[in-house]
Amino acid sequence: MKKVLALVLAVLMVVALAACGGSDKKDEKGHVYWLNFKPEIDETLQDLAKKYTDETGVEVTVVTAASGTYSTTLTAEMDKSEPPTLFVIGNQQGVKDWSDFALDLTDTAIAKELNTDAYNLYDDSGKLVSIGYCYECYGIIVNPDLVEKAGHKVEDIKNFDTLKTVVEDIHARAKDLGFDAFSSSDMDDSSSWRFTGHLANLEYFYEEKAAGATWKECPATITGDYLPNYKKLYDLIINNSLTAPTDLSAGGHDAEAEFKEGKAAFFVNGSWEYAAVSEAVPNAVMIPYYCGVEGEEKAGLNCGTENRWAVNSEVSEADQQATIDFMVWLVSDKDASATMVEQLGIMPYKNAAASTNGFLNNAAKYDEDGCYVMDWATNYQPNVDEYRKDLVSALNAYNADQTDDNWAKVKEAFVDGWAKQYKAIAE
Amino acid sequence: MKEKQKANSPVEAVEETVAEAVLEAETNAEDEAAVLESESAAVDGEQEQAAPVKPKKVKVRAGHSSMTRRSMRKWSWLFIGPVFVSFIIGFLWPFLQGIYLSFCSGRITTIAKAKLTGLQSYEKAFADESFFHAFWFTALFAIVSVVLINILAFAAAYALTQGVKGSNLFRTIFFMPNLIGGIVLGYLWSMIFDGLLDLYTTTNLVDDATYGFWGLIILLLWQQIGYMMIIYIAGLQSVPEDMLEAAKIDGATKRQTLFRVIIPNVMPSITICTFLTLTNSFKLYDQNLALTNGKPGRLTEMLALNISNGFANSATRGMAQAKAVIFFVLVAVLGIAQLVTTRKREVQQ
Repeated sequence: MKKVLALVLAVLMVVALAACGGSDKKDEKGHVYWLNFKPEIDETLQDLAKKYTDETGVEVTVVTAASGTYSTTLTAEMDKSEPPTLFVIGNQQGVKDWSDFALDLTDTAIAKELNTDAYNLYDDSGKLVSIGYCYECYGIIVNPDLVEKAGHKVEDIKNFDTLKTVVEDIHARAKDLGFDAFSSSDMDDSSSWRFTGHLANLEYFYEEKAAGATWKECPATITGDYLPNYKKLYDLIINNSLTAPTDLSAGGHDAEAEFKEGKAAFFVNGSWEYAAVSEAVPNAVMIPYYCGVEGEEKAGLNCGTENRWAVNSEVSEADQQATIDFMVWLVSDKDASATMVEQLGIMPYKNAAASTNGFLNNAAKYDEDGCYVMDWATNYQPNVDEYRKDLVSALNAYNADQTDDNWAKVKEAFVDGWAKQYKAIAE
Repeated sequence: MKEKQKANSPVEAVEETVAEAVLEAETNAEDEAAVLESESAAVDGEQEQAAPVKPKKVKVRAGHSSMTRRSMRKWSWLFIGPVFVSFIIGFLWPFLQGIYLSFCSGRITTIAKAKLTGLQSYEKAFADESFFHAFWFTALFAIVSVVLINILAFAAAYALTQGVKGSNLFRTIFFMPNLIGGIVLGYLWSMIFDGLLDLYTTTNLVDDATYGFWGLIILLLWQQIGYMMIIYIAGLQSVPEDMLEAAKIDGATKRQTLFRVIIPNVMPSITICTFLTLTNSFKLYDQNLALTNGKPGRLTEMLALNISNGFANSATRGMAQAKAVIFFVLVAVLGIAQLVTTRKREVQQ
């Protein structure tokens, strides 16, 4: 009997291997295969895909790449016989890699639905490679109740000096108040991006602003002229928080929970935290990175996106059309767009549902008030993983011992590191 | 070796029984399913039948075993096939593709669009400082860990074969760390190390490459000693009793017995263990990723991690692939060289 079983199993295995090749069910309707970039919205997308198939009969597959593996997953999927029809080209690096695979979206039905060109990406030839389907903002999240409890007002924080006064006062009286100024700013991999990615943006942005032009591609070098401003805000954050600077490199603190539980009044993060944060602090607001730059009273939030749709130019026309129809449905159908907006915060499309995200509404308010938007220059960091690794280790050395020598090493990683990594990936 | 020899005869006997059953079934019916069924029936009954069948053995030997071989040959593809196919799909084909890709450079996205450019990626790999740093770091790590693991594993095995009470319990306990995956171990130990370091300094494990190095060593020792110990115990148990007795009668001291009798006899185990620890140390990845992830900067990055980090960016993928090929050659050469030199010193029994 054992041998019969073995025989059956072996035959099954061969059949299973052979079966991997088959299954042809493409029809004239085309099909959609979306390789999704955001794990947190996977469940919503699966539901929407099912709903769309029920309504129209067009097959929609949504596959979500695990967090942090989008680029490698996309590389593997693109080599398959049925590659994604809809994928994400999030930044200029992505444009360089995947432009060959991207359909020119100019004048397509989905491009006509957009209400702004601000979140679109073009390649060198002017081809519209990818279009934003949502955008985000980041800054400093504040709990107004706690600030008030300490005898201050959020509205009074208009620049670095006023921020510093409030923060240092809260930190000094943390024991009496029962809460501290900033939540922990861990420098392990789960949290360091808030400082090597987000916070660093202020330096790049002001450098851009001083030069008078936003970057269109990664510059070979940066000057680091605004690094002292980065240092000001960074020092303020690490020295006035729940966790001692020397304990940050090991990580293990839950900054979000600290903020939600009312243990800290300030929390460095972005608009995607709104749903989680507003549960506990419904009136939380987001304020800009004030860092002592002249005229920063007019600063707004850091707004941008890496969520940009591209349509695969190498799939059949029927598939391309099906994909574009699906995209239009997502941004214009009342229920579908409402579901999407609930997850994504906001969608820059004419017929999409209105935003329910408080932080994005803060960003819009700053915009209305004539403040400048800080764009995501951080997206241009060259060879980003390696660049940030060096920066993290320099910042950790500085956290352990805040001397000028150690800050010089931060500067080296920040400025010279940029040039070094730019060279490393130059062709 | 002894035990294997003892076992030989019953196994042969069973083979003959099987062959007999096959022959009978084949002559009775051509149906292959029936053949298989009777074969399995013969196997099922092997324990009981083994002894009574023994006397028949000599008579039937030649003819039947050739029949067995023929039927085995007939069916071998069925059993080798799936493994062979998966080996090609999962190993050989990607390996060849990898070699091909190492000769491509520029931005590598899909394999179909990669352009063949010659040795550019290799030039880049050899010009990469981080790769050389990773190489020396790994080499140093391998030397230290091979020496320490083998000495400690042998010592543990030696101690636990002296007939101490409860040695089976200790063997189990020493072996247990080996059952935990590298990633889990890495995270666990990073917490342990940080907790310990906290008592004495303000530095954390990821702040200092020296701590990182010794952290990795301790982790690997903890994980691997138990496994190597089991191999050494098997080796020590196969040292012939008569040799030990002879040594005792000749008045050899414990030390002399250890170095002149025991160690030469466990050379095969030493070969296996050094081979395993050497290649394990060179290929170390999970533990490195979870414990330090190369921090600070890339200072504790070992070869495998260095290579896989290169895949993050399409512009460095070709270089990373070239590094992977170099790495393969390196590990292969090291492994073979080590095997050849140690084999020479093994005692033939």
